[in-house]
Amino acid sequence: MAATKTFLAAVAAAGLLVACSSDPDTSASTAGAGAGSGSGSVRPGSQEDLVANVGDRVFFDTALNGVRPDQRPVLQRQAAWLAQYPQNQVTVEGHADERGTREYNLALGQRRANSARDVLVASGVAGSRIQTISYGKDRPDALGSNEDAWARNRRAVTVVR
Amino acid sequence: MTLNVNRRSLLTAGAAAMVAPGIWTTPLPAAAQSGGQPTIVDITRARTEPIPIAIPDMAGSPLGAQISRVITNNLRNSGLFRPVDRQAFIQTTESAAATPRFQDWRVIGAVALVTGRVDGTGDRLRVEFRLWDILPEQQALGTAYNATGSNWRQIAHIISDDIYKRMLGETGYFNTRIAYIAETGPRDRRVRRLAIMDQDGENNRFLTDGQFQALTPRFHPDATRIAFMSYQRNEPRVYLFNLESGRQEVLGNFGGMTLSPRFSPDGRSVVLSAVRGGDANIFVVDMASRRERQLTSGGGLDVSPCFSPDGTQIVFNSDRGGDQQIYVMDAGGGGARRISFGNGRYATPVWSPRGDLIAFTRIARGQFAIGVMRPDGSGERILSEGWGMEGPTFAPNGRVLMFYRESASRDNRGSGYSARLSSIDIAGFNERQIVTPTDASDPSWSPLIS
Repeated sequence: MAATKTFLAAVAAAGLLVACSSDPDTSASTAGAGAGSGSGSVRPGSQEDLVANVGDRVFFDTALNGVRPDQRPVLQRQAAWLAQYPQNQVTVEGHADERGTREYNLALGQRRANSARDVLVASGVAGSRIQTISYGKDRPDALGSNEDAWARNRRAVTVVR
Repeated sequence: MTLNVNRRSLLTAGAAAMVAPGIWTTPLPAAAQSGGQPTIVDITRARTEPIPIAIPDMAGSPLGAQISRVITNNLRNSGLFRPVDRQAFIQTTESAAATPRFQDWRVIGAVALVTGRVDGTGDRLRVEFRLWDILPEQQALGTAYNATGSNWRQIAHIISDDIYKRMLGETGYFNTRIAYIAETGPRDRRVRRLAIMDQDGENNRFLTDGQFQALTPRFHPDATRIAFMSYQRNEPRVYLFNLESGRQEVLGNFGGMTLSPRFSPDGRSVVLSAVRGGDANIFVVDMASRRERQLTSGGGLDVSPCFSPDGTQIVFNSDRGGDQQIYVMDAGGGGARRISFGNGRYATPVWSPRGDLIAFTRIARGQFAIGVMRPDGSGERILSEGWGMEGPTFAPNGRVLMFYRESASRDNRGSGYSARLSSIDIAGFNERQIVTPTDASDPSWSPLIS
């Protein structure tokens, strides 16, 4: 039990770290460090805009695939943003951490992408604007082999097509 | 499936048999016989002392030395033979190829001797091979192979299989290939290409250019086709790669991602997993009509299906009970029962071609392991354990497993991460890394090529 508690605490801490690291300057999905740090250089409706001003990704608990309650607001903001830019089509990319087998993690990443899409649709985005894809454990964002990296890699990322 | 083969018979006389495309054999009469019991070593026990065998260079053409080296490596790498140190040889190569002096080989500890003679080059190659049983002083095997010169490696593998079978009483696995995924580039932007090589790592070829990610190749039972997963058009689907034409095609568009393909033992269908909505289910697709039939439904992620060798059952991975475990069901669907009950998660089940074992990946206490259990879940044995490893595939005789091993990143830039192929005897000894030109994952062992 004690071990489980410690693990949950570690995941919670990782969640906080994630919240900090989703600052656009350190986010791996930002094209070019420093591009779009909330200044006027970001084109409204672009991927950079989504990353800088909305949040392009949500995170998942180990092996669980439902969207966490604390992550739903990110998807609701994405839905509002997509309502603002009705011409935008997006792909939701689902990912898993490296502590699983390749085939299972491909299915797991797909289920995570689907559950993020379902929240977007429930928040008013037309399903026809959203595609999903899974990369399983094969496209990590954080490259370390530790709890923080794994927490950052269990994610669904919304990408403007 | 061999390229550059010559299907013409190059024999002028004798009772010929084709053993592989472009390779013909004739029996060689025993030259020296003195009776006695042939040596057959029992390897059904968990582990035996490797058999000391002398393999001098074959006489004649310089190709002879190369053929002997390939045979030596094959037998040594099996862990079941111990090639005798060449420095200890007393009788010369040429002389042994004519008539072995058994005493000279007995005193250096060999129980078997391999001699041969290679004539011709290029288009017309003749390889005479003899296996000698040292103690009863008799010829155990004698065969002449006629083939094109480009097939010399394959002849060496066929001879290795002949020796393995004669000495151990079971079919070998040397004349086989490995399909795998070649991985290059940084870990967050890896290029993953379909690749193929001989089982000893030679003749490596990349089959796809890396523009689209390729994953999980699996051989067709005739070894001329591979089912795999490709990210073409950003729609991850199961594809088929034809090794003879070099062409690939999507197996079908069934809506949503399809993954983890495996052929049925008769080669007429592919069993795979398809993700639709929140679930992944097992489907079987008929190769001729491309029609699909759903075998599982509802309740979680069902992936990694694999037929039993008799085609009557399917083993697969499912989290329907809460976490990843291994289940066996009837090949028509239904009757699923869980067979894995140890500590941890169980994944990537694959049925031995012998039918007696199922190999798997286990994840427990932060460690990955490769193991085997009987099809009813009893007799679980862990063969290898480490930070990361998965994806076992059986050699066609069921005696050896290949899988891939990953090492952890040392830092947050991913330094130190690697993925490499390993093989291990199912008794749990002789683990060896397979040399590949790049990082490698998802090995698939072909059937014997004939």
